[in-house]
Amino acid sequence: MNEGARERILRRLSAARPPAAPPSDFDVLAKKEWPRPARYPRLRFQMESVRAEFLETTEAAWPASVRKFLATEKLSTMLYGPGTAAAERLEAEWRLSEGGPRLVPYDRPIETGDSKRQLFDEMDAGFTTTRGGIADTGGLILWPTPQEPRLLSLVPPVHIALLDTRTIYNTFWEAMRSEGWASGMPANALLVSGPSKTADIEQTLAYGVHGPKRLIVVAVHRET
Amino acid sequence: MTDPSPSKLKPPAVYYYGTCLVDLFYPEAGLSGIRLLEREGLRVIYPRDQTCCGQPAYNSGYVSEAREVARVQIERFSQPYPIVVPSGSCAAMMKRHYPSLFEGDPFLPRAEEFAGRIHELTSFLVHVLQVRLVDLGEPVQVTWHSSCHALREMGIVGEPAALLAQLARVEVVPLARESECCGFGGTFAVRHPEISAAMVEDKAADVVATGAPTLLSGDGGCLLNIAGRLEATGQRVRPLHIAEFLWERTRAR
Amino acid sequence: MRAEPGPHGFRAAASSALKDPGLRANFRRAMDGLISKRAAQFPDPAEWRAMRNLGAAIRARSVANLPALLERLEASCTRRGIEVRWAETIEEANGVVLEILRSHGATHVVKGKSMVSEEMHLNEFLEEHGIESLESDLGEYIIQLDGETPSHIIMPAIHKNRQQIARLLGEKIRGARYTEDVDELTGIARRVLRKKFFEADAGISGVNFAVAETGTLCLVENEGNGRMSTHVPPVHIALMGIEKVVENLEDVPPLYSLLTRSATGQSITTYFNMISGPRGAGEKDGPFSVYLVILDNGRSRISQDPELSATLRCIRCGACMNHCPVYTRVGGHAYEATYPGPIGKILTPQTEGVGARRDLVEASSLCGACGEVCPVGIPIPELIVRLRREAAEPAPGSTVAGAGTGRSRAESFAWWLWERAHRRPALYRLLGFAATRLGRFVPGRLPVLAAWTSVRTTPRPASRSLHELAKRAGVPHE
Repeated sequence: MNEGARERILRRLSAARPPAAPPSDFDVLAKKEWPRPARYPRLRFQMESVRAEFLETTEAAWPASVRKFLATEKLSTMLYGPGTAAAERLEAEWRLSEGGPRLVPYDRPIETGDSKRQLFDEMDAGFTTTRGGIADTGGLILWPTPQEPRLLSLVPPVHIALLDTRTIYNTFWEAMRSEGWASGMPANALLVSGPSKTADIEQTLAYGVHGPKRLIVVAVHRET
Repeated sequence: MTDPSPSKLKPPAVYYYGTCLVDLFYPEAGLSGIRLLEREGLRVIYPRDQTCCGQPAYNSGYVSEAREVARVQIERFSQPYPIVVPSGSCAAMMKRHYPSLFEGDPFLPRAEEFAGRIHELTSFLVHVLQVRLVDLGEPVQVTWHSSCHALREMGIVGEPAALLAQLARVEVVPLARESECCGFGGTFAVRHPEISAAMVEDKAADVVATGAPTLLSGDGGCLLNIAGRLEATGQRVRPLHIAEFLWERTRAR
Repeated sequence: MRAEPGPHGFRAAASSALKDPGLRANFRRAMDGLISKRAAQFPDPAEWRAMRNLGAAIRARSVANLPALLERLEASCTRRGIEVRWAETIEEANGVVLEILRSHGATHVVKGKSMVSEEMHLNEFLEEHGIESLESDLGEYIIQLDGETPSHIIMPAIHKNRQQIARLLGEKIRGARYTEDVDELTGIARRVLRKKFFEADAGISGVNFAVAETGTLCLVENEGNGRMSTHVPPVHIALMGIEKVVENLEDVPPLYSLLTRSATGQSITTYFNMISGPRGAGEKDGPFSVYLVILDNGRSRISQDPELSATLRCIRCGACMNHCPVYTRVGGHAYEATYPGPIGKILTPQTEGVGARRDLVEASSLCGACGEVCPVGIPIPELIVRLRREAAEPAPGSTVAGAGTGRSRAESFAWWLWERAHRRPALYRLLGFAATRLGRFVPGRLPVLAAWTSVRTTPRPASRSLHELAKRAGVPHE
């Protein structure tokens, strides 16, 4: 039955003679450009308007900034993905002193033991890196990997995302083209622009509906 | 305004397409439109054999009936003069839809040539004639309803406002929802009377809320619809076609 | 795209909706907000035109190459480990979904928002077969609790105000107290649904764009329920209509931008989720199995007509309904179809028959607001007129469903008379003369004008026609 459906649909579609399409002119996207120094402020402005929060920090200080943020906000556990350069920086920071918020590695499949329940019930924050940002609309680019699984940025109530402010593209279109995404998409890739939200009740915005209630962008500025 | 470029050469003569609604319900508006054109030094020709643009049948899906009626109009406007229409809706029918009626018909080139000569009145006054109006009336407030077809099919956006702005003692109080449909829609008002009624109720309420004693529009259908509602609710707002208003305000007495 | 119109029909449903001031107020308030938010997203007319031309070109390219793109999509998905299934009808699609769920022993399903699943009446079908199917988009969750269908394709619960929602959640959810606070109401749903995401055996979602080049399924959302449904359960089933395919990955950003700006006036949504395969080697989460179900349900028939195939460009933003003066007044349920508003007026009659759903084709004043805001340039008003023509006087060789079934003898006769009167100028002038002389004797409540005079006075012709005035004034007639 199913084989038949495919063939019948394709046969009917092949019999159709829809009009030829005009050329697709992407110039309108190519024209959306901001000078490099203007991109981060634009991204921050756009994302703050949808309630993302920003921690301004430096390459040297960001792990300490994250730890201090967790302590200040009384977030006692942060899940992270071991095996990345950023993870090593976090681990080094946490080795410096005892006590305070706990750093918890996401290091096994969620089906293992009690992992899924811990993920849902016990983690106050999840930490991820990003591949960059988008100046045009605001937004972070995330490519979950075996080291940084997808649920890190989704299930804990606070998502902390590390952004290198030098990696901000003009547009989503520019990002995917200049990085050649089409030749190798990961199993999951994402844009994230703020905490989860809904306007399904009387058009009134409410934040933190299913995903994170807060999105903290750790904005790393480097000396050039 | 779509075309602020300087006027092409003023034509020696124009045709006037009165439309069936203006013919029967707003003849004074029709005549005012003729006067406005004549005052600019044009010879205005009003072919007697014109009837209806055919839009009611066309929009109802009765294309052959619309086509035969369209053919009569095209034949009766055979000289290469511009055709001025005091209705955005009828103008849109003739300019935008006539050629499609004659797809594959030897008559198509004539339909296209005819369509190319169609001008809506306010647009013609502003862009081709570049009229300069002198207001001779008392201070007055008016409100303006855009017809959907003038706005969206003919691209008449700023022209009526530009004409009214030339009248020194006329203040235009805008509607809250100027570009929302009044609910006329030709046969729609008869086929879905309750929905149409809800739409005209809202439009009339919007008109009344402006406090302006005069409602202007450039389309007979909208006027007929909104006027009927205003009258039924005992409102004293005077509905008027913009051509009639412009002529009233500027004619030497 | 219901199999048949509801028991009452659009006319009756619209009539009762019009008499519900609360409903009218809910829609008016919501649509006003959406209209102004969209307008704020397109401040530059040149940018809007360029974006719309691009969106229209991309979607027209999809529609023009559907069979090749669908085969390429299938090959790309298969290469990435996404299993592709095809279904011609909603019955077949439901059967495919059930078979997949059974093969995984799944009994609890969470759903992200999917209009195709509404087309399929999937929830009812699964419940009948002993599978719990829970909507997780907040709006969809609310209406599922109340046993309703969506009244808007983007904001399914837009017909309800907060008091109605507060009562509903207070009654239906154990342990929930009555509150009208939107944050608290959202919190109640979060608590219930988090547990469901945790427990679900499978997640079902729609697809906003499916990329043939890369085998990528794109999902647009704000709530995170779409990501929860597609990332947490071990099985993910994505449902799409055949028209959702786009050729290249780079076609996605402009469509995404047009979609969010047109739909809700957002420059970007909270999440844009791109799925190109199941959990890979070494990955610690994500579904083990991903399926893509490609549904036709009448779409391939629409593609047969060169003009009407533009219907398939639609990206389901809902801007046409937000700007529609008819939709704003009667609401979404009156249409008795999965897709309400202007897009529904052209889509539903093409799948259910132009004669059977003629009430929808006629329910337009042709004001053009829908066509003006359509981000992919579908000439909706022109297609409405085209479908009216297909109902009354179909083109030879018409492929439109139910072509010619909307013609009635009385109506044809009326238009025949109209034609006679207007193609004979002398007869027209005679009738005009009669109307001007007799018009003032028309009774105030004439039966043939009853519909008109229900809220308006009787239109009365002037005492002299323009033909007469022009002649008397000496206006040259040639």
